[in-house]
Amino acid sequence: MAGVLVIAAAPEGALSRSSLELVGGARVLDAALGGGVAAGLLGGAGAPGAAVETLHRHGVPVVYRVHHPALGVGQSDALLTAALAVCEQAQPALVLVAGDTVGREVAPRLAYRLGAGLLTDCVALGADGGAVVAKRQAYGGRAVATHVVRRRPAVLSVKPRSLDAAEPAPIAGRVVDVAVTIESAALPTRVKQVQAEKAELGLEDAQIVVGGGRGLGGPGGFTLLQDLAVALGAAIGSSRPPADAGWVPISWQIGQTGKTIRPALYVAVGISGATQHVAGMAGSRTIVAINRDPEAPIFGVAHLGIVGDYREVVPALIAKVRELKGR
Amino acid sequence: MDIIVCLKQVVDPELPLREFVIDPATHRQVRAGRPLVLSTYDENALEVALQLKDRSGAKVTALTLAPQATIGDAVRLALAMGADEAVIVDDPRSPDLPGAAKARILAAAIRRIGRYDLILCGCESADWVERVVAPLLAEELGAACVTFVSRVESPDGALVVRRQSEDGFHLIEARLPAVLSITSDETNRPRLPKVKDIVAAKRKPLQAWPAADLAVAAGDTTADGVEVRDVAAPEHTARCEMLRGEPAEQVALLAERLRGLKLL
Repeated sequence: MAGVLVIAAAPEGALSRSSLELVGGARVLDAALGGGVAAGLLGGAGAPGAAVETLHRHGVPVVYRVHHPALGVGQSDALLTAALAVCEQAQPALVLVAGDTVGREVAPRLAYRLGAGLLTDCVALGADGGAVVAKRQAYGGRAVATHVVRRRPAVLSVKPRSLDAAEPAPIAGRVVDVAVTIESAALPTRVKQVQAEKAELGLEDAQIVVGGGRGLGGPGGFTLLQDLAVALGAAIGSSRPPADAGWVPISWQIGQTGKTIRPALYVAVGISGATQHVAGMAGSRTIVAINRDPEAPIFGVAHLGIVGDYREVVPALIAKVRELKGR
Repeated sequence: MDIIVCLKQVVDPELPLREFVIDPATHRQVRAGRPLVLSTYDENALEVALQLKDRSGAKVTALTLAPQATIGDAVRLALAMGADEAVIVDDPRSPDLPGAAKARILAAAIRRIGRYDLILCGCESADWVERVVAPLLAEELGAACVTFVSRVESPDGALVVRRQSEDGFHLIEARLPAVLSITSDETNRPRLPKVKDIVAAKRKPLQAWPAADLAVAAGDTTADGVEVRDVAAPEHTARCEMLRGEPAEQVALLAERLRGLKLL
């Protein structure tokens, strides 16, 4: 095909949002480079019919479908085998993989096995002349690197929540079933258990997020922050130190390692502004920082700053918000 | 059990912004005159290895790829924390190499070390953040691969690890040998070496091998088929407006601004 192939993992039959972000990126590349867009749909136990329809509806004409019970949640080795089989059949010039838990393992290994070029965690995709130009963050978000992808094929992983999801563009499509042989017992790794933590639902999708840092002093500080989140109708997250210390679940962590957020409003409380954290939230439209230390680097990225003790500022803010919202 | 921990020295990522300078020729951060530290998660990887050593008497080898001239306290720190020996692969160009080239060189060094059950890396480096070395090492060595591991649950018999996921974690059984990339967790906060350990570390074996001797294309800057066109600091256009006064006044000002932005 020599076009762009999106690897869409659908372990339980449904397509993830990051798959649609990849489709969005693939269509942008295809508009500039041509060659067509296709998807490799890797489905496990669930029926992948709805996912096929979703792909066609979002402008993907050709879906290479692999349906195998071993392609369950997090089963990187099985997913790698299936992705490789699709690539061998489709012969794409470019392969897009989501930079999520599984994609972080699959993308480099897929590139290795294909002898392909490799670029991870892209945050923007475009073309210049006939070449793919991609941007990624470096140095904990202190810099943005622009790369030109010279080798074909190339595997690019895309940082979740970086590209806009594809808009609907229904197209008549076809499905190509790809057969794979996967012996689960022979795989080098096996997922024994999938455990969801009490994740803050919608942290990545929330329009307002409040985040707490080391400056909250302990788990108790997050109780107060929770009240602020409720008052604002916000999701709650944290920087790395509270997650490392076990004050909050690791799934709350916003940053280079952790979730990337782009809310309309981000309120950072007791967060110093280490590059690690800033990398995950710099895309927030309005950033409010509340910190005791006027020299904290967070004030270098914030739009509105309050120097003060959060134990005084946050209760006052909660009262103000409740008053304004008439509660 | 034999454990190899891959460590990388980076310019201290928390240096003030004014000391963060990109060299326009190499498109990499200027290192000269800046303190080098162990990359953030590499210390967590080392801690995991040392806990396995404490539990079951594993042998821990620290492996680093760096220009030998720049090797300083970072590798000695690994020995002081409790690594048994250290191997430096000396490559003057290594700071500018892509992860794919580094993985190839490290794999050659690991084959020369010979004995390994577990290879641990940090989940990402604090500078280039490619997250590719662990998976590519696994490919090079034909080993199992699990990334973003927060805990190693059972080091004996079958290896079971906890892999951080978007909304929780996965428990994964992996065959040996395995390459694991380690993320930070409350259970793997790096230990601080005692003074006597720092002194003792000076007597621990430290070998240096020129990368050129490892029979791989050292210095292959095109290993990933990707060219760096430019590295630029993002435009932080934010000019922070400081809201002054007593907490009640600050909060009133904040509410006013947020209302103006239609956020409240």
